Amino acid sequence: MLFEALTLQLGYNATLVAIGAMLLGISAGATGTFLFLRKRALVSDAISHATLPGIGLAFIVMVWLGMDGRSLPGLLIGSALSAWIGLLCVQWLTGGTRLSEDSAIGAVLSVFFGAGIVLLTVIQGMSAGRQAGLDSLLLGSTAGMLFSDAVLIAGGGALVLMLTLLLRRPMSLVAFDSDFAAASGLNVQRIDLATMGLVLAVTVVGLKIVGLILIVALLIIPPVTARFWTERTEHVWLIAGALGGASGYIGAAISASAPALPTGPIIVLVAFAFFAVSLLFSPARGVLSSVLRHRQYQRRVHLRQGLLALAQGQPIYEGYTLRLLQREGLARPDGVATGDGQARAAKALLDEKRWEILRGLQAHEATAARYDGLTGLETILTEDQLRDLDTRIAAPREIAP
Amino acid sequence: MSGAEFVPLSLTPILIGIFAAIACALPGNFLVLRRQALIGDAISHVVLPGIVVAFLLTGAVTAWPMMLGAAGAALISVVLIEAIRRLGRIETGAAMGVVFTAMFAAGVLLLERSDTSSVHLDVEHALMGNLESLIWLEATGWRSLLDPQALAGLPPELPRLALVLALVIAFTWVFWRPLKISTFDEGFAQVLGMRTDLLGIALVMIAAIAAVAAFDAVGSIIVIAMFICPPAAARLMTDDLARQVGWSVVFATLSAILGYVFAGYGPLWLGGSDSVSAAGMIATVSGLILALAALFGPRRRGMMA
Repeated sequence: MLFEALTLQLGYNATLVAIGAMLLGISAGATGTFLFLRKRALVSDAISHATLPGIGLAFIVMVWLGMDGRSLPGLLIGSALSAWIGLLCVQWLTGGTRLSEDSAIGAVLSVFFGAGIVLLTVIQGMSAGRQAGLDSLLLGSTAGMLFSDAVLIAGGGALVLMLTLLLRRPMSLVAFDSDFAAASGLNVQRIDLATMGLVLAVTVVGLKIVGLILIVALLIIPPVTARFWTERTEHVWLIAGALGGASGYIGAAISASAPALPTGPIIVLVAFAFFAVSLLFSPARGVLSSVLRHRQYQRRVHLRQGLLALAQGQPIYEGYTLRLLQREGLARPDGVATGDGQARAAKALLDEKRWEILRGLQAHEATAARYDGLTGLETILTEDQLRDLDTRIAAPREIAP
Repeated sequence: MSGAEFVPLSLTPILIGIFAAIACALPGNFLVLRRQALIGDAISHVVLPGIVVAFLLTGAVTAWPMMLGAAGAALISVVLIEAIRRLGRIETGAAMGVVFTAMFAAGVLLLERSDTSSVHLDVEHALMGNLESLIWLEATGWRSLLDPQALAGLPPELPRLALVLALVIAFTWVFWRPLKISTFDEGFAQVLGMRTDLLGIALVMIAAIAAVAAFDAVGSIIVIAMFICPPAAARLMTDDLARQVGWSVVFATLSAILGYVFAGYGPLWLGGSDSVSAAGMIATVSGLILALAALFGPRRRGMMA
């Protein structure tokens, strides 16, 4: 069943939903990257919660005009309008008062959501039974979706993706270094606004699939995940887009494969699974690799200190150092150096002496700053320079009786 | 309205609303000043998986296991956020976004997969609470307040929230000076020998306890709104922390009372017949108060002469 879903063999609607979810995921991941790099990830939470009163009002207005209140295009227009107002409120509270952005976000999201809940209960009283469609926008629901809605979502996803591709250059400039972007003549405020517009578009398109409470996950989790795999802005958004698309597609497919698997939560959990794997196993920033790196560094320090102790004939009390020296065949269990150990120890001592001389020389000031007690000087200086240094090491002298 | 109607139907919901609002607004003051306002948002989202797991384990909708489950989930989320922030070197906002959405999604999924058709447990209930249904049927009028038999029939949410409120007040009272100093100047607090890290964790735990207790009675929307709106509005009124806390209590109380009254009677005044969601209305009123404070508050732009 899952295989059929993944290969798009579960019927026309399921296929459209899966493609729509993938397009949505790609654009959400890419757009979210710019929010994340601007350190404003949670603004999207305010935007998505602020859609609710617009949905309610749109329903009421459409019923009042004698139309079908559940018409998806109308609801989406309403949600976009109220999300826009919510965004303006966040900006007004942050810019016009001394409240910090997180307070403004929290205030807007809770108040707009509260007002939306009030409107939902108004609708409940208005005409019983017709409200059923609105609940599904809270958590998303693709079951029993109309064909026209599926087309709308797939088309909306494609449109948002196109806009993201068009705007990616200025947006990544601003996200990476807004001062530099401003200095090179870009209108930072307008680009920020465009980013927000895209976030809003992603939110609105995602309402039906993921629902307004969880859409923020698609904007935040893929960029955060992508950050584990690269240090370059232009790669972050590519990877985030790919991860978002994969989450959307796999999530929608899994959800279509069995009953009682709500689409939105499944997509979010797939995205989170990608995140958890990256957090643990990414080569550059993952937990596993940093543990390994730390262990390796520890090993080098212990080995070096052990060798220096051997060279100076000092006893070694540290158990780990002793075990390390033995394992490398540099010392015997009683702490006495082997032949190999004596050679390596002499080399370590020579290194220390060379560094010591080097630190006293003005010409090598920049090199001296690289001293970490581990690096052999021959990996930094040329042979000529080393020879020059070695002439300064005082030769053994005869001690007068 | 006569006491015979007001006491059984409206007194307990209003009191519960007020207690919940104040219990959230008090720690909210410090969270807003410390720029941790969205912790409340995160906690109220992760409460859902907590209560669902508690329900699956005990098989019944009972208060204490669910509150324990919710508190456990809140604790796990705070630890996870901190771990992701440190291990991945990710900013707090994004780390929060990752954790609370994933946990909420897990909660919804668990809820859909388990058979909860026989009990009153769904996402809408978690969001909106059921303030209107917390009525006191045994009461017959004001005199019931002195009648032990009637008092025994009080909705259990009321004494529970009163207890939590007392705890929150006690915490704020006892740790007032350390909280104040560490909020405004963490470095100075450390120089004085305060364990600011422990204090920060304690504050978040108190906020979580308030959130969980209030959530049980009034739903998560009020919880987020009360953590942020009254303290934020109060911050625009004064520069003095003690006065700010005072204002926030006033605003929280006002939101709870006005919100409940508007929700219950507003539609009647407008010619409608059904009441609307009290939780939603309380959040809306607190937002209106914040908007007024942002427009006219004497300290809305920060330090001025």
